This record gives sequence, C-alpha cells and structure tokens, in this order.
Amino acid sequence: MAQTLGETIKEITRKHLEENNGIILGQCLSAVGWVNNTVPDTKNIIELPMTDVAGAGIAAGAAITGRRPIFVIRFQDFMFLNSSTLVNYAAKAKQIFNVNVPVFIRALATEGNGTGPVHSGVLHGIFMHMPGFKVCSPMTPGEYKEVWSEFMKSDGPMYVSEHRKSFNQIEEIPDITTTDAEITIYGISTSRFSIVQAIEMLKNEGIKCNFVNILWLKPLKLTERMTEPLLKTGMGLIVDTDFEIAGASQSIAYELMKKTKKYVEALGAMDKSVGTAKRYENGTPSPEKIVAKVKELIEIRKQSNTQ
Amino acid sequence: MIITLNPEKDDIPQTNSIDQEQALEIFEKICYTRAFEKQVKKSYDTHDIKCPVYLSVGQEAASATISTFFKPDLIFTQHRGHAYYLSFGGDKDKIVDELLGRDSGCNRGRGGSPGVQDLNIGMIGHHGLIGENVPLAVGAAVGDTTKKVLCVFGDGAAEEDYIFTAMAFAQTHKLQVLFVCEDNDLSILTKKHVRRNWELSDALKAIGMPAVDIPDDPELIAKYVNEFKHKLPAFINCRTCRHLWHVGTGQDGTPRIDRLKEYKQKLIQMGSSSYKLQEIEDQKLQEAETLWRRHLERQ
Repeated sequence: MAQTLGETIKEITRKHLEENNGIILGQCLSAVGWVNNTVPDTKNIIELPMTDVAGAGIAAGAAITGRRPIFVIRFQDFMFLNSSTLVNYAAKAKQIFNVNVPVFIRALATEGNGTGPVHSGVLHGIFMHMPGFKVCSPMTPGEYKEVWSEFMKSDGPMYVSEHRKSFNQIEEIPDITTTDAEITIYGISTSRFSIVQAIEMLKNEGIKCNFVNILWLKPLKLTERMTEPLLKTGMGLIVDTDFEIAGASQSIAYELMKKTKKYVEALGAMDKSVGTAKRYENGTPSPEKIVAKVKELIEIRKQSNTQ
Repeated sequence: MIITLNPEKDDIPQTNSIDQEQALEIFEKICYTRAFEKQVKKSYDTHDIKCPVYLSVGQEAASATISTFFKPDLIFTQHRGHAYYLSFGGDKDKIVDELLGRDSGCNRGRGGSPGVQDLNIGMIGHHGLIGENVPLAVGAAVGDTTKKVLCVFGDGAAEEDYIFTAMAFAQTHKLQVLFVCEDNDLSILTKKHVRRNWELSDALKAIGMPAVDIPDDPELIAKYVNEFKHKLPAFINCRTCRHLWHVGTGQDGTPRIDRLKEYKQKLIQMGSSSYKLQEIEDQKLQEAETLWRRHLERQ
C-alpha cells in the first residue's frame, strides 16, 4: 500500500534511530499523538524539557559526536527561541572550525483553526537568509526521501520546512508544462496544493498555466526545469506559504528574473500578524487569491502590450 | 558532599591533594600560560596581532590544575580559552598563527582568539556567544555517553538564560560533564553584585548537582576535581582575578591577587627551592619568547 508523507517520515526516523545509531530530540515527542504520528516508539528518543533555547544547543552538541540528530520543532514560530545555536554555531562551524554539525531540523507548521499569532508561522525564508543552512520544503513522500538522502551526505544543518497539511499526501506533485501557457507559476510549501487547484480554475476560464514545484530553496538550482517554462511564457509568479516580504518568494523571483530577464512577481503570506478568529488568518494563499493574481498579471501585460 | 567556602573570608585549607611532581607541573603550566599571554600582549600592542584578544593573565591556575587531574575527551571552553588550549597541550604553533590571522592557524585565521581549538586534544572552538558552549557540551555528552566532557565558562555566562536549563538537563540524565565557572567577578567591568544576588553553585545544589564555590588555589581545585570527576555532572565555581581588560591588553590598577606569585610562595613554604621555581619561570618566558619570535620573523 502506498505510504503517506507522515508514514514516510516515521519510517525514515525509525530506520535512523534503530540502524544508524541516530538520535531524535524534541519536546513532547512521545505523547499527544507522537508529533502527528511521525515519530516511532523506539530507542534513541531524547525528550527535551521546555528548553527552547538550550535545546537547539543540545541537538547541535549531539551532532558534533556524529549522531546526526533529528531536531523536532512542533511549530515554526518557536524557531526564534531555538535558532541561536543553530544559526551561530551549527551553520557556521564547518566554515569557521571545520567541524561538522549536521542537524536535521524538522520545523513543522500548521494554519487555521485558531492557531493564532505564534503557532501558524512558516519561516523558511529567515533561514535562507543565514549562511550555512540547506533549506527545503518537502510536501510528498518522494521529496522527503530525497531530502533525507541529501541530509545524510551533508556536513551542516538542514532546515526542513514541513506543514501538517501535507502529512496525508501520497502522490508526488508533477510539474505542468502546457503549450500556449500564459504564465509559469512556481510553488513552495503548501502553496503547491493551492496552485494545483488554481490552475484547474484558470483552465476552466481558458487561461493555461505552467507549474513548477520548488523543493530546494537553498541552495537554489536554477535548472532548465526551472527556467525553460518561464522563458516560454515570458512571465512568472512565485507563490509561498511564508511571508512574501523579504521572503523566499521575493528572493527566488529576483533570482529567476536575473537569470531569464523575464518578469516574475511574488505572492506569499501578507505582512500582518495572525489572529485566532478565522477572519484574521494569514495562511497559504488560497486558489482564489492565486487566480486573481494571475489574472491581474495577465491584464497588466495585455495593457502594456497595447500601449 | 556539598561544600561552599566563602572565598573572601575563609582561609584556604591545606588539602594535600597535590604531590610535589604535580605541583611543579601545575606551576610550569601557570608560568607558560602567563609567558605566552605576555607575548600575545606584546604582539597586540605592536599591531602584529590585528584581532581582538581575550587574555587569561591572572586566571591561569584553573586550567593548569584541571588539566593535571582531569583528562576529558572533549573540551568546550569560552572566549577566554588560551589557557585551556595551552594547558591541555594544544599545538603551540597553530595558536600563534591563528592569532596572527594566518591560514596555518588552528582555524585558518577564521576563529581568532575566542575560537582557539585543537581537535587532537578534543578542544572545540568557541564562536563568541557567551554560554552557548554549555548546551553544546551537554549535547556532546548526551550524544556520546562514553565520553567525559569539560565545559568552562565565566560568571557572566552563568547568567545566560539557557545555561541553567542545559546544566539541569545534564543533571537529569547524569551526563559526564565537569562544569567550571571561572568567576572573575566581572562582566567586562560590571561587578557580579550589581548584576545578581545569587550564586550558580547554590542553584545547582538545589537540583542535586555536586557543586562548590572556591578560590582558584590549585590545591583546592585539585581536591574537588579529583572528587567530582567520579560523580559527574558536577560544578566548580572558581574565584579568580583577571589582570587585564575583558578584551585587549589594557589594565585598570593593581590586581587584587596574583595567583602565580601566591602559588610560588606556597610552594616555597612547602619546601620547594625558590631558585628552581624562578628557573622554571624564566625558562617558560624564554620558551614563549622564542616561539613568538620564530613566528613573527616568518611574517
């Protein structure tokens, strides 16, 4: 039977703990559903107390001894407390001290249901900004396996931006390239699920779009898979679940523009804090929002062509 | 056993924890570190060293003594780490080149004075954020429970939020870490009583960790290192006296105490030849001077 992403994470973790002498650290791992049933009940589990600053240092210290720790952060907003040793030591240790500190940072996100201002963030953009991290956002079982395999070859920390909305995902998410597409839409994190729906909605209105999945945010590889569809459509849109301002979407839009000389815009979470009531949510851009943005861009191009 | 001495009031007891040979080893290490740091000061003042330096002058006794009695697999020190590097036998050529910013330095000139490390002696360099070496040391001890770990920090770092939780984690899991606070009563120039009204040794005793608060007299340090190394984790708060500025080579007035002179006097009282001790001191000065001259001439 095909595995979900959640089951894949659990299996990878079990193998690491049981066969690699790996270690997993985090708060409340072995209770309240075992981190959405992604943590196996086996050996080498270290329950951290509520040490949101020291915990990351303990994980990094364990990495120095070769345990390749999985460090679980149940809500990405907690990274602000947990990031000091990761940013300042783990990510810099290879370059400064020639010491390997490979920590697999499982930074989980969620949204909606009143999760509010400090439990609904997606913050991978901040870690792209800092030297020494690999940053990715896997949403499928195959992608997670790729990410894990890369981690096992890595000398430094990897920020894995997870989202609970993807844990039941079974299928891979293929790119879409269509002849006569008017725009190329790039997706990061759960925005990819919204984009797939948005593309269907746009298709019904006669607007064809290309779709390119972005798994690796850093290092960003602008391969032909990334650039060719954009060169054909001449216009692109990057959609992200993280904040748009100074985030992954704006940064990658700039890189793509520089590489292709084609116009690319960014669409991510709005520059505002999340409130608990539904009307104050600020999560993944909805399919409707993406549709509106695509139409806006197409309209702008139409007008500039007629001028 | 949990003991607190009041280092300001109590006389330092004779513990007989050090034999003659060990006493000379400690004295040699103190003298060498002092001589080395004098050379660092000289090169800093002539601008041959262009990075900030954190000197151990006045604080040499703790590392000299601990290294004589405790053989850790991993050492996590803080920014004032030259004394540990030297006392534990770090490569002398590489520390000089590091301070001179050369590619042949222990961190290829990237870590400077606070980052000195030598993986051959298990010493991991410090990146400069005070106290972060404490959770790192604890993490290394949980990562490999067969290894003994030495973790050194200062009285300023003792106030960092994450220090206590990391040490408490070590206590919960009975990890093999010897924690040492080199307490010079100064955070740059702010005295401890201005910053807090508690002692870390008292806080750690409250969670059951063997802890002691002592002056940096080698006999006392040796006594507790020998006792505590068999019941880790444990903590030694070691009152010491920094002679020079927090960073750089400046000095504010006469130091309250010079442990090198005190220890030398003590050894003479206990029967060591003052001539021989002076000979050691002179010899170490000579060694450090020769080392530095050789490296500077390469420039």
